[in-house]
Amino acid sequence: MSPRLVLPAPLRPLAEGSAQLEVEGTTLREVLDRLATARPLLERRLRDERGELRPHVLVFVDGVAVDRGSGLETAVHDGSEVFVAPAVSGGRAAPG
Amino acid sequence: MTLALVMIGTRKGLVLARSDGSRRTWSCDEVRFPNQEAYAVAIDERRDPPRLLVAGSTGWWGPFYAYSDDVGATWVEPETAPIAFPAATETALKRVWQIQPAPANQPGVVFAGVEPHALFRSDDGGESYALVEGLWAHPHRPEWRPGNGGACLHTVLPHPTDPRRCLVAMSTGGVYRTRDGGASWSPANRGIEVSFAPDDQRFPEYGQCVHKVAAHPDLPDRLFAQNHGGVYRSEDAGGAWTAVETGLPSNFGFPMVVHPRHPDTVFAVPLGEGRFPSSERCRVYRSTDAGQSWEGHDRGLPEDPYHGAVLRDAMCADRGDPAGLYFGTRVGEVYASLDDGESWMPVARHLSDVLTVRAAVVP
Repeated sequence: MSPRLVLPAPLRPLAEGSAQLEVEGTTLREVLDRLATARPLLERRLRDERGELRPHVLVFVDGVAVDRGSGLETAVHDGSEVFVAPAVSGGRAAPG
Repeated sequence: MTLALVMIGTRKGLVLARSDGSRRTWSCDEVRFPNQEAYAVAIDERRDPPRLLVAGSTGWWGPFYAYSDDVGATWVEPETAPIAFPAATETALKRVWQIQPAPANQPGVVFAGVEPHALFRSDDGGESYALVEGLWAHPHRPEWRPGNGGACLHTVLPHPTDPRRCLVAMSTGGVYRTRDGGASWSPANRGIEVSFAPDDQRFPEYGQCVHKVAAHPDLPDRLFAQNHGGVYRSEDAGGAWTAVETGLPSNFGFPMVVHPRHPDTVFAVPLGEGRFPSSERCRVYRSTDAGQSWEGHDRGLPEDPYHGAVLRDAMCADRGDPAGLYFGTRVGEVYASLDDGESWMPVARHLSDVLTVRAAVVP
């Protein structure tokens, strides 16, 4: 069972309407790299051309916001939930 | 059957207004790309049917870019990001502000002006772009600052006959031009005042907040500029600028459009107090003597106090006969004129605020 990417409604049209996708990987970066190959339009909504998460994209891995932890290097496991949410202003920790 | 088309980019998506060749009555398609800011639209009339292009951004999910080869029935968003900064720049695209197909003598060439300040060029009709490195490497670039709307390169004016020449305008940064196909760029702001700068710094070499530059293809060395405080004309392709404001109620505004058939006729929409239309009247100002004098026209436009500003790309002309003129406002209305701006009729109402309009008559 691969990590499970959970999508908000605005992004589901880029996944044929699915709310969840299984994407392999052992870190968030690997998951998104594989997503970039399989569904580049969807991945582009989450990361910019530098490979960084967009400023108003929040990702939670198993309930923990990655920007308050290891970011793209956050470990994921079989069955992990990778939950994507649009941030409201102020909802993201200040960089650095 | 002739199709008249107005692409209306709004804060909440793209609207296509359609009419027949008479351009008297209009109907609007449903909103495409809802909840996405359609900052840049273009109609590439070099193709048959014309290619429609749209780009913009959302508040969360980054930039978007798409094109249609069936006049808006279906849209293609390329899987590979068509406009993306090279890795070496360590920069991310924030927004596309301008899509500008080149003249017919450069088939396939399309330019894109973006935020942060940069120019991209496509040689495949807008399916993929490359950064114009010569401008990106310009030593002035670290000193170009964001205007209120962002660090945008919002105006691209390819020369109508010489593919080596092109002009861009930025807020802020001002006007730059190339004569070698983009390899090198020179500022072209002499005479344009920075009215909000200290007295001894009001005419810098660069750094102006030029809002829009326009030219007529028959007189490519004559330019008109709407500056952040100042309306200017140049007769030498931007070598020097002279204020041409007689008759304007305000020298602040955003759009500047040259009549497609008459190089001496130019249109502007000045803004006054509160950045509302001057005197709170929905009114277009026209000069028929290359900016020496201006007069307002508002027949057919709302008579009540009006608060919908016209943004820099929210005014345009088609190439029909007679020429059609169009403008959209921040209160979601679009108007058209078929008599050189003397009178106006509605194209669309009750939209979201209009960011950009482009129009074409398709035989």
